Amino acid sequence: MAMPQTKPAPVATTDIAVSARSVSKTYGETEALRDMTIEFPRGQLTSLLGPSGCGKTTLLKIIAGLLEPNSGTIEVNGKPVTGPGEDRAFVFQDFALLPWASVMRNVAFGLELRGVAKSEREAIAAKYIADVGLKGFEKSFPHELSGGMRQRVGLARALSVNADVLLMDEPFSAVDEQTRRKFQEDLLSLVQNENKTFIFVTHSIEEAVYVSDQIALLLPRPSRVSEIIRPSGLRMKDVDNIRRDPEYLDTVDRIWALLRSYVE
Amino acid sequence: MTDQSQRTLATAASQGRPPLTKPARRDFFGRLTPALVKHRPLVLKLVSAAVVFGAWEIAGRIPVSYAFPTFIESMAALWSMTVDGSLFVAYGETLKPLVVGILISTFIGVAVGMWIGLAKWADWLFSPIFIVMQAAPLAALIPLLVMIYGIGLTSKVFVVCIMAMPVIVLNTAGAVRNTPSSFIEMGQSFLASRAEVIGKIILPAASPVIFSGLRLGVSAGFIGAILAELKITPTGVGDIISYSRSVADYASMYAAIFSIIVLAVVFLNLLERIELTLFEGNARGYASD
Repeated sequence: MAMPQTKPAPVATTDIAVSARSVSKTYGETEALRDMTIEFPRGQLTSLLGPSGCGKTTLLKIIAGLLEPNSGTIEVNGKPVTGPGEDRAFVFQDFALLPWASVMRNVAFGLELRGVAKSEREAIAAKYIADVGLKGFEKSFPHELSGGMRQRVGLARALSVNADVLLMDEPFSAVDEQTRRKFQEDLLSLVQNENKTFIFVTHSIEEAVYVSDQIALLLPRPSRVSEIIRPSGLRMKDVDNIRRDPEYLDTVDRIWALLRSYVE
Repeated sequence: MTDQSQRTLATAASQGRPPLTKPARRDFFGRLTPALVKHRPLVLKLVSAAVVFGAWEIAGRIPVSYAFPTFIESMAALWSMTVDGSLFVAYGETLKPLVVGILISTFIGVAVGMWIGLAKWADWLFSPIFIVMQAAPLAALIPLLVMIYGIGLTSKVFVVCIMAMPVIVLNTAGAVRNTPSSFIEMGQSFLASRAEVIGKIILPAASPVIFSGLRLGVSAGFIGAILAELKITPTGVGDIISYSRSVADYASMYAAIFSIIVLAVVFLNLLERIELTLFEGNARGYASD
């Protein structure tokens, strides 16, 4: 069988914040990623979309420096990745909040680990807690918050370390549908207002088309980039009109047609 | 992420909680007593204590056995032992192996448990020792300990440690191993060093189970301390128990047993307080629940 060649979409106008070059990863016998090459343009949101088992979370963790690839390199701002770094921050699917720590300490935890003095880091954390709409909950503990509020804490923690690249691993999959829609709208304005590069793992086609500047469609066994889709017309639209835009609907249909045969 | 959504959440939270002043219960005579509602846990504890002591008193008065004194007789014996100071002298003896043994078990136990939980080879090396220690019938080992360490303090400390340490070690190791992997990945992705991952994430995450191991360990340590005094050399509270029995002063015997139970309960409550002060949020459940 001929391997489909990976073709990263040419991005002439923007520069590349993160790039993966022929990254392979195996877990024992299982091949999770094979020779994956993909580029993430600066200041944009790229979704990694695909059926389960396609290695999207594996790729994200390799970019984060949490996993080591068997071969290939990751570069962030032109520098090769050897482990976790100050230029990247992670938002976890299960929030990964410390249950014994208040919202304030959780949000400031990244800064605490970087050795920022207590008064300084709490001032920064307070700003981001207010930004995500949790002002007044600084002293609450995670279990006192709803799922959506917990993920806001996770987001505030990632934002407070002011990393260039935000890595989000299915961040909205554990929150309810209405909260998820609100999150998606908020994410769009976040991408617009913060000059950060977002790498967003999701299994929801609608979510990917709604929030992404660029969608990398991954196919499983072994995982490879099958197509890069750039829904170019949608970013100009008002958030309320995206879901009834013909381009949105066509893109969702097209992706489903491509993925259908891979879903058991 | 607007002010409005935050306000809605805040009001919802304040409305969801029932007002605390609402009188929900009536007392024995049908009167409303907010104070009774407020102190309900305490009231329940006192009621259950009264039931147990009442049953003891009745059983002693029947009597179920000549060797079973009433509650009041036992308390009178406890009072006289307290007044003449013999109880304090006895505890001065008993607490020595108990406190030393529990301190050793706590520090070494938690440290070894952490080590077992963090490193696989330590698991292979140490786990079997503590599993065997937990399964071993201690009373059968005491003659061996006496042969090696004599009848002094060392043997008694050993008995306390053998009783207390395995459960502390095994609980700690299990808790460390079960730290949610996303907590550790979170720490690593925000640039925590190995020491920070252990100190700021693994240890607090494991603390509820470590503390429940400590509670079990401490109660086992109490058993060990008394067992040592009954089996090795009669000193302290163990001496009161065995001496009172031999002269048929059963009230004093039960008084001594009662006092050691009270002390153990106080000790365990103290431990719970320490846990609550150290890791406030842990007592209220997990974010990932």
